[in-house]
Amino acid sequence: MAKIDVSVETNDQPSPPPSHPNTCPSCHSHYRDDELEKSLWVCEQCGHHFPMRARARIASLTDSGSFAEEATELHSEDPLEFFDLRPYTERLAEAEMKTGLADAMVIGRATLEGRECELAVMDFAFMGGSMGSVVGEKFSRACDSAAEAGMPLVSVTSSGGARMQEGILALMQLPKTVAAVEDLRDSGQALLCVMAHPTTGGVLASFATLGDVVLAEPNALMSFAGPRVVQEITREKLPEDFGRAEQNLRYGQIDAIVPRAELRQTLSRLLRLFNAPD
Amino acid sequence: MPPTEHELRLRERLGRLRNLPLLGGARISGELERLQRQIARIGEEATDEEIWRKVELARHDERPYTLDYVERLLDDWFELHGDRALADDGAMIAGLGKLDDRTVVLVGQQKGRDIHERASRRFGMPNPEGYRKAWHAMELADRHGFPVITLVDTPGAYPGVVAEQHGQGAAIAHSQATMARLKVPTVACVIGEGGSGGAIAIALADRVLMQENAIYSVISPEGCAAILWRDAGQAKKAAAAFRPDAVHCLELGVVDEIVPEPVGGAHIDPDLAARQLGQALRESLAELEGVPGDDLRRRRRTRFRSLGVFA
Repeated sequence: MAKIDVSVETNDQPSPPPSHPNTCPSCHSHYRDDELEKSLWVCEQCGHHFPMRARARIASLTDSGSFAEEATELHSEDPLEFFDLRPYTERLAEAEMKTGLADAMVIGRATLEGRECELAVMDFAFMGGSMGSVVGEKFSRACDSAAEAGMPLVSVTSSGGARMQEGILALMQLPKTVAAVEDLRDSGQALLCVMAHPTTGGVLASFATLGDVVLAEPNALMSFAGPRVVQEITREKLPEDFGRAEQNLRYGQIDAIVPRAELRQTLSRLLRLFNAPD
Repeated sequence: MPPTEHELRLRERLGRLRNLPLLGGARISGELERLQRQIARIGEEATDEEIWRKVELARHDERPYTLDYVERLLDDWFELHGDRALADDGAMIAGLGKLDDRTVVLVGQQKGRDIHERASRRFGMPNPEGYRKAWHAMELADRHGFPVITLVDTPGAYPGVVAEQHGQGAAIAHSQATMARLKVPTVACVIGEGGSGGAIAIALADRVLMQENAIYSVISPEGCAAILWRDAGQAKKAAAAFRPDAVHCLELGVVDEIVPEPVGGAHIDPDLAARQLGQALRESLAELEGVPGDDLRRRRRTRFRSLGVFA
């Protein structure tokens, strides 16, 4: 059976898969697993940023052993009894097996170079990082947790958008996460958003763009509608860097592009500036 | 009279609903009764064919659009055109008017009737400038204590190159964030197509209504079919799978109330449709009247933060 990619709302899919996940799609350099791990999944030849799994991301950003995960018990339900080519429950089970995660977001508390913060990190490998009820709830709880503990929230997003299989309830995760951010703001705590490739559709149109500071990884796609949809509907010629981090920076949509190797240091500086507790 | 099979099925669904976590919490007191009334009024769960019929009615060429309702419901309408930054987006309407004796701010997407108007209003698909216009008007309402009414009717936010360059995603997020901050009563009604992020941008309201033949969905049936079945022609099947109809949205707690339409759809008798909508809006505003702004805001956020189903 053909494998269906679930990048929702944007109809957008990352560029055609390379022959091997360890082969750089832009310069075709090939790496062993341990080499990629050492380089934080960045191509040493051309600087291409490979997708990074949530747990690896957390390990790369936080002080060793400091991460305490929260809301691990949350699992998706199937309110629509949704069935396309396969039942949603089957897709969920498969994603869980494949990723070892309960859903597309991991939240918890950690220290980052000694400064405390709450983290909400997405994983594209879990159904295209799509946002359903569990992602919405976890992000919402992360906001409360940060507000209660009096520390900033750092989000790292990588998502195709809302999770179609949860229908209108997936759409409702947009206002849900937005309302949670507003509560966090009222508590006086900061939201620092990092967008990794790709951050599109419903996640871009909700919490990912509401940060006090909004950062992106190099060349990350961050568009509400995917390039294919824009092309098909408008017949417009797309600029080379359509929706990419560089274009977004040029048009004033984000504050900075930060290469992965510098992310930890950058966040640490921001946490200091926002007076995160140590 | 013994209950029909339909009624039995609805009761069973309602029974299931009581157990859903999304119906837990403070919001629900009094809501179940309302739900029961609503479901009783609608009478039956839509079949796949009926769902598709609603998709067609929601997109009907002659369906009343935002300005058709403005004309019939508001006096002294004064349209606010600018987003005060860059452009006047014809796909989004904002303005001041009197509903009975009270000044309100009304915001809504606007589709076009003829080919020129359709093009200039981009089929009701706003650019970021449209959302900026919307939140600018809502902030105005907040400053002066005017209630906000939003009418949702869009296939979605416009998927254009320039729209993306101007921050379409962020505009939708900021419009929602503005609504989450308002301290005035807000009522949203989906009057046609409630298309995804482009719709929710102006629908984070205290009360969310939906017309009987409107649709509200995370993605268009065609878009869903193109992704999941790799065939946009399977739209009917997709619609049946995610059920964008009003009864389903009511069951899930996504909308609070279904606004009846004339038999055969709002386009059959726009005057009657407007009276029915007007009554529902007045009732909702009356319920919200006198509630302190901080409470409105807190309840609104709690309401949206409680949406979702998980274990």
